[in-house]
Amino acid sequence: MISLNQLKKVFTTKDGPVTAVDHIDLQVAEGQIYGIIGYSGAGKSTLIRLLNRLEDPSGGNIQIADWKMDQLSEKELRQARQEISMIFQHFNLLWSRTVRENIAFPLEIAGVPKEERMERVDELIDLVGLSGRGDSYPSQLSGGQKQRVGIARALANNPKVLLCDEATSALDPKTTDSILELLVDINKKLGLTIILITHEMHVIRKICHRVAVMEEGKIVEEGEVLEVFRRPKEAMTKEFVKQVTEPEETQEAAGELFTDTDNHIVYQLTFVGGDAKKPLINDVVKTFDVTVNILQGKISHTQHGPYGSLFVAMEGEDNEVSKAITFTREQGVEVEVIYND
Amino acid sequence: MIDFLFPNVNWESVLYATLETIYMSVVAVAFTFLFGIMLGLVLFLTDKDNLWDNRILKAITAAFVNTFRSIPFIILIVLLIPFTQLIVGSFLGPSAALPALIIGAAPFYARMVEIALREIDKGVIEAARSMGASNREIIFKVLLPESMPALVSGITVTSIALVSYTAMAGVIGAGGLGDLAYRVGFQRRDDDVTLIATIVILLIVFAFQYLGDRISHKLDKR
Repeated sequence: MISLNQLKKVFTTKDGPVTAVDHIDLQVAEGQIYGIIGYSGAGKSTLIRLLNRLEDPSGGNIQIADWKMDQLSEKELRQARQEISMIFQHFNLLWSRTVRENIAFPLEIAGVPKEERMERVDELIDLVGLSGRGDSYPSQLSGGQKQRVGIARALANNPKVLLCDEATSALDPKTTDSILELLVDINKKLGLTIILITHEMHVIRKICHRVAVMEEGKIVEEGEVLEVFRRPKEAMTKEFVKQVTEPEETQEAAGELFTDTDNHIVYQLTFVGGDAKKPLINDVVKTFDVTVNILQGKISHTQHGPYGSLFVAMEGEDNEVSKAITFTREQGVEVEVIYND
Repeated sequence: MIDFLFPNVNWESVLYATLETIYMSVVAVAFTFLFGIMLGLVLFLTDKDNLWDNRILKAITAAFVNTFRSIPFIILIVLLIPFTQLIVGSFLGPSAALPALIIGAAPFYARMVEIALREIDKGVIEAARSMGASNREIIFKVLLPESMPALVSGITVTSIALVSYTAMAGVIGAGGLGDLAYRVGFQRRDDDVTLIATIVILLIVFAFQYLGDRISHKLDKR
């Protein structure tokens, strides 16, 4: 569906050339939700702007559906853009138009006759859950509602691809979740391919099928979301994964627990996919002569199943404990000793 | 009572002069709005990395705007006499004042248009481009509607300047209230005529201001 080949973008600045996107190769399959994560300055914003040619590439090829994006004339590019729509961090709605008129805007550009336009707008308003707000102006809406208008506007011309440029970064956590749910919903309903960039691993975890980690204009790691969570290879990726799996307070809280009690060895168990649902702890306690003390745990859901980590202290004969650990590993759960006095 | 306060005022000529002033102001405002927006768009769009990025066109337009904005109006009228004769056919009467009024005011307004356009969120223009809008659609569906309240307040300020320009134009034979105040009020020392001309001009200015504020406020949905 989307294929980038040696894509490159160099900006000329007063301090010399800056390579924002450095020879990127990337494939995105149809119907996928593909996340690109990176800190600000990693080049992800430039990358997503290259896709619909808001920025012109300095080299390489971009293929989206049947469009060779880097070779289009102005006119063809405008047509292609009707099939590759975009939503933005700051929504970018026209404040002079009502919700209805904002959603109708891309339809006007596509030359859809007025009556059809109005029908389509009503459908879209229902789809994004804004019924009854059609005649409001953007200034009368909350951030989440504005992004819903942005999404409706982006879907107006039945695009094949939706580009999300930090679409939830200006929203509070609750609103972020509702917008993410809406995105998953349209991805399923319309089979739309979605590419999103973000600096929040939470967003990737929640809705993406695949993820690419960007650093200094390059993709340093790429793969299935769950796989990347299970075995992050690069330091950058590990940092992002930590954002979701380890709540900040874990280390501190755990630290206190370890010193206060007679928990001598603390293990971190990492569950991925279906494993998280098995009654593992129960099995361990029943099979082996050990006591298991659960200190802290967290399970998150991704598009490919649950992902979680559990901090436990295990007491018992060394022999039994090591058998229990082996058993746990055999169940596909990663075990790591994080504290041992 | 009125005759006592204004013994020298010929009310019929005041009415006639008022209509001339209104005519000059309204027509000049209309054309200034049009040409000012055109010039302002060129100034804005020829910027680096903007839709019509063009350094030469930008330099020419900016030079034109700066030149005509800087020439004192009273001199501009005199300078433009040959040009006025060419288009209007005469350099006397209210219509003959129009070219000078418009050429004097449009560059002034163009700068305000440029500022108003710069105030538009770049993201909105980017959004329109991402939807496949052509430059023409961006101008007419995004730039102008989004900046309209500022464009209206700008033309309000300009229209007030224009009313005072019409008074100056009166001095070289354009008619209107300025002409009345100068010929009758000043040259014949009929101070009451000067006073009444002033009052009427103030009323016209207030009316423009009121109308401009109302429209601008109504358009602003932010």
